[in-house]
Amino acid sequence: MENKNLPAIEINNLSFSFQDQLVLDNINLTIRNKEFIGIIGPNGGGKTTLLKILLGLLKPNKGEVKIFGKSPAKNLKYLGYVPQYSNFDKSYPISVHDVVLMGMLGRTGFGTPLKKENPKVAEVLEKVELTPIINKQIGELSGGQLQRVLIARALISNPNILLLDEPTASIDSKSGKSFYDLLQSLNDDMTIVLVSHDIGAISRFVKKIACLNKTLIYHDSKEISVEMIEATYHCPVDLIAHGVPHRVLDESEHSH
Amino acid sequence: MFEIFQYDFMINALIASILASVAFGIVGSYVVVKRIVFISGGISHTAYGGIGLGFLLGFNPIYGALLFSIIAALFISYMRKQTKQYEDTLIGIMWAFGMALGVIFINLSPGYAPNLMSYLFGNILTIPTSDIYLMLFLDITIVLMVFFFFNQFQAITFDEEFAYTIGLPVDLLYTVLLLMTALTTVLLIKLVGIILVIALLSIPAAIGIKYVSSLKHLMIVSVLLGIVFNVVGLLFSYYLNLASGATIIMISIIGYFISALYSKMRA
Repeated sequence: MENKNLPAIEINNLSFSFQDQLVLDNINLTIRNKEFIGIIGPNGGGKTTLLKILLGLLKPNKGEVKIFGKSPAKNLKYLGYVPQYSNFDKSYPISVHDVVLMGMLGRTGFGTPLKKENPKVAEVLEKVELTPIINKQIGELSGGQLQRVLIARALISNPNILLLDEPTASIDSKSGKSFYDLLQSLNDDMTIVLVSHDIGAISRFVKKIACLNKTLIYHDSKEISVEMIEATYHCPVDLIAHGVPHRVLDESEHSH
Repeated sequence: MFEIFQYDFMINALIASILASVAFGIVGSYVVVKRIVFISGGISHTAYGGIGLGFLLGFNPIYGALLFSIIAALFISYMRKQTKQYEDTLIGIMWAFGMALGVIFINLSPGYAPNLMSYLFGNILTIPTSDIYLMLFLDITIVLMVFFFFNQFQAITFDEEFAYTIGLPVDLLYTVLLLMTALTTVLLIKLVGIILVIALLSIPAAIGIKYVSSLKHLMIVSVLLGIVFNVVGLLFSYYLNLASGATIIMISIIGYFISALYSKMRA
């Protein structure tokens, strides 16, 4: 790590438009090292766009993003990306082992073939508790298993920041550590940023919550107030206190 | 039954169909898993303009096809970076442009109008030995590329965005993949013709994908299936006196349906 005191992610006055439509409007957000933040917002609210800007896949029209003080392109090595598993073509003929190994490709010289049996693959698969399915085809996996495979693929390059896109849609925790516990233990070593439209599911896990719907509302805490939710979702929501202050229920009634 | 091997043109045809199977089994596997069959169609049809140019200016039309398909591949990969919006429309336009240009070039060619049918639908029996050497050279190029960059191509065809985030030169790799598709397409023109190229590029891999567990195996199975379809098609066309390209495609399609039926019964 170059400098542990630098914020893991710094977003300054960031705006992004897609075909003349403003998707992100003047976003400011600082995420400290080892933070665990959930960014919630409705579908189409710019969550995935924001992630893609953090990863350097999209360039902002205005403002800037810094990953440990440098542009995403210069500090890609610190980032581990876990895309939405539901977008995957599960007919692609590839094994769990080979998907995870893919995460190391950036580290080998261009054109250097990867070694077939890599001990790091077994190591990260053990972390996400998928050791028994190392040779399975991705088409044979459940949604939750595929999601863990994608996490393992991101972990294999030892990132300092893990970025997860809609990870909670299907979590099967019949055996072993729950998805929540897995992220908690990963958070000991790295910053985690998770985006989701599912407020109820993520409010249990994350330490901080921000609301994003074109604009970003963040109070550097886990508090989500009625005002924040209403500003983000543009509709009234029922909030009740239940262990966690202001937990949100029944957001499913409000379709967008 | 083996009297057909007395003919040099049959020997050439067999060698050509095996050489072409290697290239289209490998590249076809990427084309099928990346779902760029339509893009491959655009590249192969644009090549017709180059064939016309070859006739007009009096050089081997296969070099014209090579030139035009390479330009088409570069154009598509350049366009993709600009905007994703109208990609399919632009490919469609390029497709028609190449075909129209080819027809006009051939109209303008002085004297005898060459047999267009052999380029549109292929005629493996007319392959000269010089084309066999060209095929061998293109084969070696493709095999070497895939040997050294197998994992990189796998990464961009499986998950392009992730490939960007680990710092792979995705745009360059994609361009190279399209260039390999262009080379393969040109290889296949003599075999089955421009119009039928897409079928031979995609059918072996489309069958194979149901039975394999890795991209490497898919390539091997596709190459073998390609050889079987070509040789069986060639024999049928010889004994039944049918056009070789169309017969090879028919055999491939029959193979596809047998495989589809088999997987349905197994399920």
